[in-house]
Amino acid sequence: MSTLLWLVTVLGGIAVAGWVFRFAGQTVTGNAPRFRDMPYGVAFGYVLGVSILAWAIWYYFQPVTTEQGLPNAGVMFFRWGVQGLIIAMIAAYVFRFLGRLIGTANSKKLFRAMPLTAAFGILTIIIYAIFAIFADAIAPYGQEQIFEQANVLPGGDPALGGDPAHPLGTDQIGRDILSRLIYGAQNTVGIAFATTCLAFALGATFGLLAAVLGGWLDQLLSRAVDVLMAIPSLIFALLLMTIASVWASEWGIPLTIFMVVIIAVIDSTRVFRLARAVGVNIVVMDYIEAAKLRGEGMGHLIFREILPNATAPLLAEFGLRFCFVFLTIAALSFLGVGIQPPLADWGTMVRDLAPFINFAAFAPLAAVTPLLAAGAIALLTVAVNFVVDWMLHRSSGLKE
Amino acid sequence: MQNVLKIILQRLALGLLTLLVVSIVIFIAVNLLPGDFAELILGQAATPESVASIRRDLGLDQSMVTRYFSWLGGMVTGDLGTSFAQLNFQTNLGGTGGKTVAEQIAPRFANTMFLASVTAMIAVPLAVTLGILAALYRNTVFDRVANIATLSSISSPEFFMAYILILFLAVLNPIFPSLSNIYEGMTFGEKLEKTMLPALTLTLVVTAHMMRMTRAAIISLLASPYIEMARLKGISPMRVIVKHALPNALAPIINVIALNLAYLITGVVVVEVVFVYPGIGQLFVDSVKIRDIPVVQACCLIFAAAYILLNLMADILSILSNPRLRHPK
Repeated sequence: MSTLLWLVTVLGGIAVAGWVFRFAGQTVTGNAPRFRDMPYGVAFGYVLGVSILAWAIWYYFQPVTTEQGLPNAGVMFFRWGVQGLIIAMIAAYVFRFLGRLIGTANSKKLFRAMPLTAAFGILTIIIYAIFAIFADAIAPYGQEQIFEQANVLPGGDPALGGDPAHPLGTDQIGRDILSRLIYGAQNTVGIAFATTCLAFALGATFGLLAAVLGGWLDQLLSRAVDVLMAIPSLIFALLLMTIASVWASEWGIPLTIFMVVIIAVIDSTRVFRLARAVGVNIVVMDYIEAAKLRGEGMGHLIFREILPNATAPLLAEFGLRFCFVFLTIAALSFLGVGIQPPLADWGTMVRDLAPFINFAAFAPLAAVTPLLAAGAIALLTVAVNFVVDWMLHRSSGLKE
Repeated sequence: MQNVLKIILQRLALGLLTLLVVSIVIFIAVNLLPGDFAELILGQAATPESVASIRRDLGLDQSMVTRYFSWLGGMVTGDLGTSFAQLNFQTNLGGTGGKTVAEQIAPRFANTMFLASVTAMIAVPLAVTLGILAALYRNTVFDRVANIATLSSISSPEFFMAYILILFLAVLNPIFPSLSNIYEGMTFGEKLEKTMLPALTLTLVVTAHMMRMTRAAIISLLASPYIEMARLKGISPMRVIVKHALPNALAPIINVIALNLAYLITGVVVVEVVFVYPGIGQLFVDSVKIRDIPVVQACCLIFAAAYILLNLMADILSILSNPRLRHPK
């Protein structure tokens, strides 16, 4: 209850300070329009923002060990977070700066109008791609390699239970966590990418086909998609995975392949909707009519006439769809029915390492690894979303 | 009014039809399994006689259509069958009176509804307020920060949010418990305290989406002539938005709130597993792992029904909030 009381006091203080700030501004500047017309809410917002900023700076410079000699984990995590944010901002800024200097005239122009968030997103995606493609060369050990010492803490300091050979420690059966994180980029992102491509191939083909042909095929496909979309996707995926797990053990096919197909089919329904909607608008254009009169075949119509004009919305959808697929796979793996061991995978790693979070107060380093795996998932989806957001903003020409 | 009633009845009928088709899809999907339940239940101990006897008990010797209708009939009257795990327990130990699926699901369903409603109580007012503020102070620092923060929280997986909250609010500063073990006989206050962390996690996830949609719905109206008029009359910006823009933006906002509530019902699965919250999502995942088909089937149908119902509600509410549909020419 004291926490609540404290919170109310602080908020009340800020509320009073907001009023004082506006009044002081009006008096000192002799009723300048900026202060005269300032709504109370804005004044409150300014004071709240400044208070939060001041608190953050004060907290950042708190000592990292308490008086009893225990590590002050909250401050440590906060510092890491702030440092990570600053490094990310600098990296994005440098990347955008380089992009403006190097490259063709077109790419320079692209970089000049790019917001920092989009630059950060593109940089992150490039780094993930490099890790995913060259995982074998970058990772210090194999993903299935088991070492003698299990549960080595991260940090590489023997005094704190670390080991210089394993900078991020080892997991509960002694596999190197750094290597598994790097291989996770290959497995988790690679599988999600393949699934999205499959979902797109299915959804876009059938969607455009339904748009071009119309009639009973369109009706049949659209109603089937309606029914599939009426079942929540994660729930449906879990149900189908239950069934697939029986099949997988019966036929000796890895469960991961079933997962790819199941998620691709479920997600292709969303792609179908969009592709059909976009396609129907394009089909009525004059140039399609002209192509039909020329006697072009179905393949030419779909892939040479319609698809090029539907690229922009489909590309943005690809980014969003990738995020959904990636998060679904991560959630399934986290629940224990997704990507199966011994493949290294971030969702599974989070589940396996999560209990270490409870030791954060005594050994802050122990809690880092599960958060790193979860953060790796979050960072990629955030990056993709930043890029998609920018692309949508650009293509819609929205200024507000 | 006649017309609206007709539209609503049509939507309701369509919703029921969808639910029926979904139940068929779920039933067929489960029946695609190779072998059958009897062998699945008995596993290693399957002798021809025992398989035949269990088949007779479960009615597996009848045709698929008959079984579907008896399953559907059971669903409608609240008889969800007996879980395999419980059945197994009974046959192996000779015990009687195992829990039926309905008995297993009922208390957990109540818990999940409690979690969802606590989340909705926090998330909906918060999201609408923040959305209005973001529309009011668009293109300011506040709007930019809100944009980045909401985009990040939409795109992070639920368990990332959950563990961050556990780290800061349960482990480092023990304000809320990190395990939500709810049992019968707890007072409302205790229950609320235990539900707080999962509710906050879900709030973070759904608020972001609702807030962005509220902001977008209001901003899309700000260019219309009547808003310009209100502005030229000299009304304060806050009043322009709350009195003039908001009522017309209500339909999309209500729609997105209902959709997010539908997401809440199904999105609870991961969050419940993280916090070991005894809800229906947890039961679902556990049953998926041990392939307890009757429970999986029943949970799946309940989730689908909730999802369809809330989507239906979104539809109907947006019809009701649209005067052009209420008074057609």
